[in-house]
Amino acid sequence: MEVALPRPRAAREPFLTRSLDNERLLAAILLAPAVLILAVFIAYPFVMGVWLSLSSTSVGNPGEFVGLKNFLKAWDDSIFRTAFGNTFFYTFWATVFKLSLGMWVALLLNRHFRGKRLVRAAMLLPFIIPTVLSTFAWRWMFDPTFSVLNWTLYKAGLIATKLPFLSDSTWAMWCAISINTWRGMPFFAITLLAGLQTINPDLHEAASLDGANAWRRFWHVTWPLLKPVTLVVVVFSVIQTFSDFQLIYVLTGGGPANSTHLVATYAYQIGVGAGLLGEGAAISLFMLPVLFFVVWMQLRYLRRLEGA
Amino acid sequence: MKKQALADRREFLKTVAGGVAAASVVGFPHVSRAQTKLVLGLWDHWVPGENAVLKEIIEAWGKANKVEITIDFITSIGEKLQATAAAESRAGTGHDIMAFVTWDGTKYKDKLEPMNDVADALIKKYGPYNENATYLNFQDGKWVTLPSPIGSHTYPLETRMDLWKKHAGIDVQDIFPADVKKRDKRKVDAWDWKMFLAGAKKVHAAGFPAGMSIAENTDSNDWLGPLFASYGSTFVTPKGDITIESNATLEALEYLKELTKYLPPDIYAWDDGSNNRWLISGKGSAVINPPSAWTVAKRDQPAVAAQVWHHDAPRGAKGRWRGSLPFTWGVWKFAKNKSAAKDLLLHLGQKEQQWKLITASQGYDMPQQNSFLDHPIWQEIEPPKGGQYNYPIRGDEKLIVCGYPAKQDLAAQIYTRYPIPHMVSRVTQKGENPKEAMKWAAKEIATYMRG
Repeated sequence: MEVALPRPRAAREPFLTRSLDNERLLAAILLAPAVLILAVFIAYPFVMGVWLSLSSTSVGNPGEFVGLKNFLKAWDDSIFRTAFGNTFFYTFWATVFKLSLGMWVALLLNRHFRGKRLVRAAMLLPFIIPTVLSTFAWRWMFDPTFSVLNWTLYKAGLIATKLPFLSDSTWAMWCAISINTWRGMPFFAITLLAGLQTINPDLHEAASLDGANAWRRFWHVTWPLLKPVTLVVVVFSVIQTFSDFQLIYVLTGGGPANSTHLVATYAYQIGVGAGLLGEGAAISLFMLPVLFFVVWMQLRYLRRLEGA
Repeated sequence: MKKQALADRREFLKTVAGGVAAASVVGFPHVSRAQTKLVLGLWDHWVPGENAVLKEIIEAWGKANKVEITIDFITSIGEKLQATAAAESRAGTGHDIMAFVTWDGTKYKDKLEPMNDVADALIKKYGPYNENATYLNFQDGKWVTLPSPIGSHTYPLETRMDLWKKHAGIDVQDIFPADVKKRDKRKVDAWDWKMFLAGAKKVHAAGFPAGMSIAENTDSNDWLGPLFASYGSTFVTPKGDITIESNATLEALEYLKELTKYLPPDIYAWDDGSNNRWLISGKGSAVINPPSAWTVAKRDQPAVAAQVWHHDAPRGAKGRWRGSLPFTWGVWKFAKNKSAAKDLLLHLGQKEQQWKLITASQGYDMPQQNSFLDHPIWQEIEPPKGGQYNYPIRGDEKLIVCGYPAKQDLAAQIYTRYPIPHMVSRVTQKGENPKEAMKWAAKEIATYMRG
């Protein structure tokens, strides 16, 4: 006689286990925290900023939709136009200096010498110190009344009257560019150094054997291989410099006579200082298309390089 | 219920305000509560000890009236006080009573509980608020905020009397003695911007220039605004007509073009602390500032502080004007205990409390009702004895905030966006034609008005 034993009942897996077996669901669960953070801290403020820029909101008034009025008003404001021009000038020259000096320092640090590690670590100091703190130190060095630089130059007999570091429009802008360069150059140097170390020394050796001098080795071997890294660094730097706020806010507050205002500092003055949130948001949004264009152009170029 | 409220009101007036004038204000004050709570956002005073005195006064009142008190002292450094007010106004929740800096009452006037009952009671008892405080607090027929002594200050000239006497032959202590009755009208009348310029030339030649900022900071507004007013220059009328392009403005700009030749060349990069530093450096012979500059000097350079005399501004063709930045108190419309908040503010407005607060601030806090100006502290504080007697208005000066007499919303823009220091620096630093600079300023102001 055949006895049919009851088939063991397959233990039903818990819902959570079954859910986690579903790759799509698992992916969604794992992505959710990141999406939530992006939505709350990036997307919401951005959308809110766009909405504010299209409204007449001020600190004590919810405002109403005004279309592009704030943008037109900003464009008609001579101080805004100055700040807009300053932002390009500041970004261009600071980036040029950071790139040239960063490249030079990276090439030096790529050599072998005693204390190499210490120098590399020390070089990062300006980048590590909080911007506000280091800019305060610079502000004291450029202080109109107590500038240590003026005092040193005067005592050394190199100047007869104080140099107007922060009280003259041109001087103040170049002081700001210098500090930005001082602060940002280590980032360029260390990133380019990392790029340099990926270049096979055999290539340089081969070029040397072919009679290439130092400049030709750099131009024909180092630079082409370093270009992708350089472009990434430049993109990051342009974004950070174009939207710089802390340095100018602490160093000059936008003065003298608005000559060092950048878009970000002017947006703050209008949005927070004067309480016109809508106008302040509109001013800050002027940065968006410019940065978008820069990033798009450079990434496009980068992709072309990778494809070549 | 009503009877109970009336009984408590009488009790309050007896114990707190002496039961005098406020009792006649119908329906006010309203003390009658069992365990209510009040949350206060107050300015974190820079004078050591002032916060403690204010806290003690408020907590004693809370205990007597069964009100649980929570106080947050919020710094104005980094505009945190302003940012807190902005956040609360948007969120519709926060402190019941909020301390505001000069223009914040204007910004939030639609979100603040009218203070007419408190202001009227205090006016009835102690007389009117000064015109500047009234201009800033009384808007659209109501007291949007209540003038507060705490943090309020004026901008007198702080002169090194030794240096001006020695190098310019001008004895400011003699012109403005520490007793208004001893003033010689002839000498006071002679103290005008022309005389100031003559003195400034001499102290500059001696290596001790006067120093006043012309940059993006409040100190610049607070001496330039009064100077333009003393020449009869107004920027915008209360009706909204832009009047900055005028002969009076031109005259003031021409004057500043001359005066700035004898000020330090770096005033265009000064911040609000620069004049303090200029005074304590020993090189500066005069600044325009509240006594905080003197306080810093007293701490760091006592010999300099002992020579600093606070006194009236020079006179122009249209009078003598002095800058002033009053602070205010407001009660949000969303506050949970508005009546208790108002009762507390009424209590703080009483002479007994004001007296303690002025003393605790070492005379820095400036009451906005003239009847409180007989506090002895300004006579007593030293060195030098009587050096701050003229910190409150004693003579023919009028208080002004840069932007007056434009409607407050616009005046706030004129103040916070600094078109006046910019207009001046375009002329005095960049050499722009004064008429072009006036035109630029008029266009800027017109931009603000577009809303």
